[in-house]
Amino acid sequence: MKATNIADPNYFHKVVDCQWACPAHTPVPDYIRLIAEERYTEAYMLNWDSNVFPGILGRTCDRPCEPACRRVRTEEKPVAICRLKRVAADHKGDISPFMPRVPTKKNGKRICLMGAGPASLAVARDLLPFGYEIDMYDRDPAGGGMMRSQIPAFRLPADVLEEEVDLIVDMGVNATYGYEITSMKDMLAMDYDAYFVGTGAPRGRDLDLPGRQEVDEHISIGIDWLGSVAFGHTHSISGKVIVMGGGNTAMDCCRTSKRLGAESVTVVVRSAFEVMKASDWEKEDAMSEGIPIVNNRPPKEFIHENGKLKGIVFECVKPVDDGSGRLRYVPTGDPDVYMECDHVLMAIGQENHCPWIERDIGLEFDKWDCPVLDEVTFQSTHPKVFFGGDSAFGPENIIWASAHAHQAAISIHLLCQGKDLKKDRPPAGVNLISQKMGVHQWSYDAEHDASKRFIVPHANKRKALDNIKIEVELGFDARLGLKEAQRCLNCDVQTVFTENLCIECDACVDICPMDCITFTENAEEPDLRAMLMAPADNAEQDLYVSEDLPTGRVMVKDEDVCLHCGLCAERCPTNAWDMQKSVIHTPQLGSYAEQG
Amino acid sequence: MTFVAKPRVHHPQLPLNDLGLTRRDYEGSVSTLCAGCGHDSVSAAIVQACAQLSLPPHRFAKVSGIGCSSKTPSYFLSHSHGFNSVHGRMPSVATGANLANRELYCIGVSGDGDSASIGIGQFAHIVRRRINMLYIVDNNGTYGLTKGQFSATNDKGSTSKKGVPNLYAPIDLVSMALQIGATFVARSFSGDKRQLVPLIQAGLKHEGFAFIDVISPCVAFNNHNGSTKSYDYVRGHTGNVIEADFVTPGVEITADYEPGTVEDVAMPDGSTLRLRKLDEQYDPRDRVQALSHVQRAAEDGEVVTGLLYVDPDASDCHEILGTPATPLNALDESVLCPGSDALERVNASLR
Repeated sequence: MKATNIADPNYFHKVVDCQWACPAHTPVPDYIRLIAEERYTEAYMLNWDSNVFPGILGRTCDRPCEPACRRVRTEEKPVAICRLKRVAADHKGDISPFMPRVPTKKNGKRICLMGAGPASLAVARDLLPFGYEIDMYDRDPAGGGMMRSQIPAFRLPADVLEEEVDLIVDMGVNATYGYEITSMKDMLAMDYDAYFVGTGAPRGRDLDLPGRQEVDEHISIGIDWLGSVAFGHTHSISGKVIVMGGGNTAMDCCRTSKRLGAESVTVVVRSAFEVMKASDWEKEDAMSEGIPIVNNRPPKEFIHENGKLKGIVFECVKPVDDGSGRLRYVPTGDPDVYMECDHVLMAIGQENHCPWIERDIGLEFDKWDCPVLDEVTFQSTHPKVFFGGDSAFGPENIIWASAHAHQAAISIHLLCQGKDLKKDRPPAGVNLISQKMGVHQWSYDAEHDASKRFIVPHANKRKALDNIKIEVELGFDARLGLKEAQRCLNCDVQTVFTENLCIECDACVDICPMDCITFTENAEEPDLRAMLMAPADNAEQDLYVSEDLPTGRVMVKDEDVCLHCGLCAERCPTNAWDMQKSVIHTPQLGSYAEQG
Repeated sequence: MTFVAKPRVHHPQLPLNDLGLTRRDYEGSVSTLCAGCGHDSVSAAIVQACAQLSLPPHRFAKVSGIGCSSKTPSYFLSHSHGFNSVHGRMPSVATGANLANRELYCIGVSGDGDSASIGIGQFAHIVRRRINMLYIVDNNGTYGLTKGQFSATNDKGSTSKKGVPNLYAPIDLVSMALQIGATFVARSFSGDKRQLVPLIQAGLKHEGFAFIDVISPCVAFNNHNGSTKSYDYVRGHTGNVIEADFVTPGVEITADYEPGTVEDVAMPDGSTLRLRKLDEQYDPRDRVQALSHVQRAAEDGEVVTGLLYVDPDASDCHEILGTPATPLNALDESVLCPGSDALERVNASLR
């Protein structure tokens, strides 16, 4: 294998599995260390800089970082990254001194943001410090988009939401609420310098089954119903409720129904439990509130009498794994199942939907009715129009909206400066900083903590089910937060090897608790992976290969299960190994990227 | 040294041996030697050798004297019996342990000061008595613990860290062991586990006195230009005569060697010691030739490594003394005091 190029920003970035998995590339270990030092405000700001909504995401994020956590591979359960983010938000002090300054003298460029959801807000935050004038339009009476309309208050309290939305709006966004955009042509006629479409995926899917039309008034689309609850139009639901669908919206619908007075609530899913789209913890929370989830039951027909819904007939199927990677469902042969109900909430998916964009203005849509976008710049085929969040590539989640927004903001900035959106894009970068403080002293807590993942306390269940505004998860207190923070392996403190210092004494090989390091003859990667102290079977994790050493061998380190405990560096007599913090610079307006 | 303890967590795919143990179960406490010390590599090689052979850690007696080397038994086989004895007196304690319980694997770890200076008399006599043990000398040619004076194995002309040459000729423990009658003599290098681990395995399985002189550089005081016991010097001046490979019983031997250069030696427990001759003329069963080869190479400034001499039919001290097969410490009172009739018979036989 060729020697590893550690100057490539992606090499060490990939080693920080959580940061690599995070769409916004939030420097997770960095803020966890700040939490461990009880520097909650700094931890919060580090998050805010990267993902824009730490308090909201600390409660609602889809957490792509957690399954990626190295701890899953070395032990079992990941670090509770999302809950630690919330610890930073809950315990932060005054952040006003850290907020970016917004110039009073504007730069003369006007930007139009359509939709007031996370994507638009994040674009506004990135652009405001550069003197842009930002006008934001939304049909709802308040900002926040789906974070307000679709996430119930027992998961995301209104004050947390409002604090982080207001933080951005108060930076100087000209927000116009209750404004239904009906024509892109009209908007373009207002002659803004750039447009950002962040209108989300506002159309919930429906199911056209026999009987559907006849019982229309007993059927609600999940996200619309959640929105009407959020804005206070709906206060109760009665009788037996069936929620159809297996995603997080379905979980929010069933738990909201339970709180609004439903006699019984059942979730019915057409697919198997394991492949439901809902996050595991959402499923667990719903079930712990006594809501049954019935799987492998595709609906066939709505049964009604005199215009009143009586129930639904479901088919019985079972999943078959035909090796294609996707489960196939075949009838079990059991008779169809009839379930009584008075109300149905449809939560079977949603679509981005822009009927207000005329199709003759040079803005192309693909065959799935999604806008044709450049995946790097988020520019549509209309040079002044950019997309982000769910309206770009279909429904994702809040953290993706932040990530899209950063890229779109860079593009808008470049466009307004008359620069090339691709060639002039700021590059990613990496800095490596030694963490050695002295003999046996490292600036990070190198010692491995073998604790199991700590359990987050919940509110009293009876009280929580009584009031939709009572938040169910209480979050870690400072003490539990500190303990959980200690479980982080500090994967951003990298093992950096310097060939010409190595005397090949084997000290690092002998001390490494995870058998990551081998000195061996070089070979092609598949052979090399089998030749190491422990087999390197996880091909998704890179091998760190040195240049040739004096004996003709190379140093090979399997990054897979490294604990970043620093013992190799501790044992190295010549400092050929050093523990260096990798600071990954993800291009973003207002941070590192702007220097170019 | 380090004060960050090695975490107990290990690689999820670390193999289990026949006893269901991982290599990590053969480790000891964390080493307090200098970072990069060759002795730690020797300890790691012992750990690997014992784990691969699936030997039960609690059936070991590890003994040592005084010095950096003699601290190392703490750093391997934490579940075994250990005795850190008096300077140069490890052979006496090893002899006692082996006489009392012949069923224990006995590993003695000593250093060049411990064995070639203060304990040279003890060393000579344990070789002569053929105690069934593996005697390892961690040989760095310097007194590291007292900050770098030349030891008795330091080569004449080899310099100190400050550049002062050594005025005395060295004691070569390998030559001594060959001369006094050791039945398994090897030299190796702490920086070459591929060679060292099979040698330790073969030495443990050898029934008789097995001696391995391991050049083990002292990174703090004897790893500079001018030293003949530095990592660089040893790597540049090593001539390996015999490559040993240890094959446990029941394992198919598939190594692909040049015909005529491989010799399999049957070990008493049914395992095989596979010797690959790197020097066509060299016969590892010829004690006299071994001795002259080692000495001639030393004249040329070469360090001969590998398995230098082995007598597969060796006898040990218990055989020479005709002791019973049952360990002496397991003989009960009825055997030890068979009664006055037995005494009468003995007396009668002497009249």
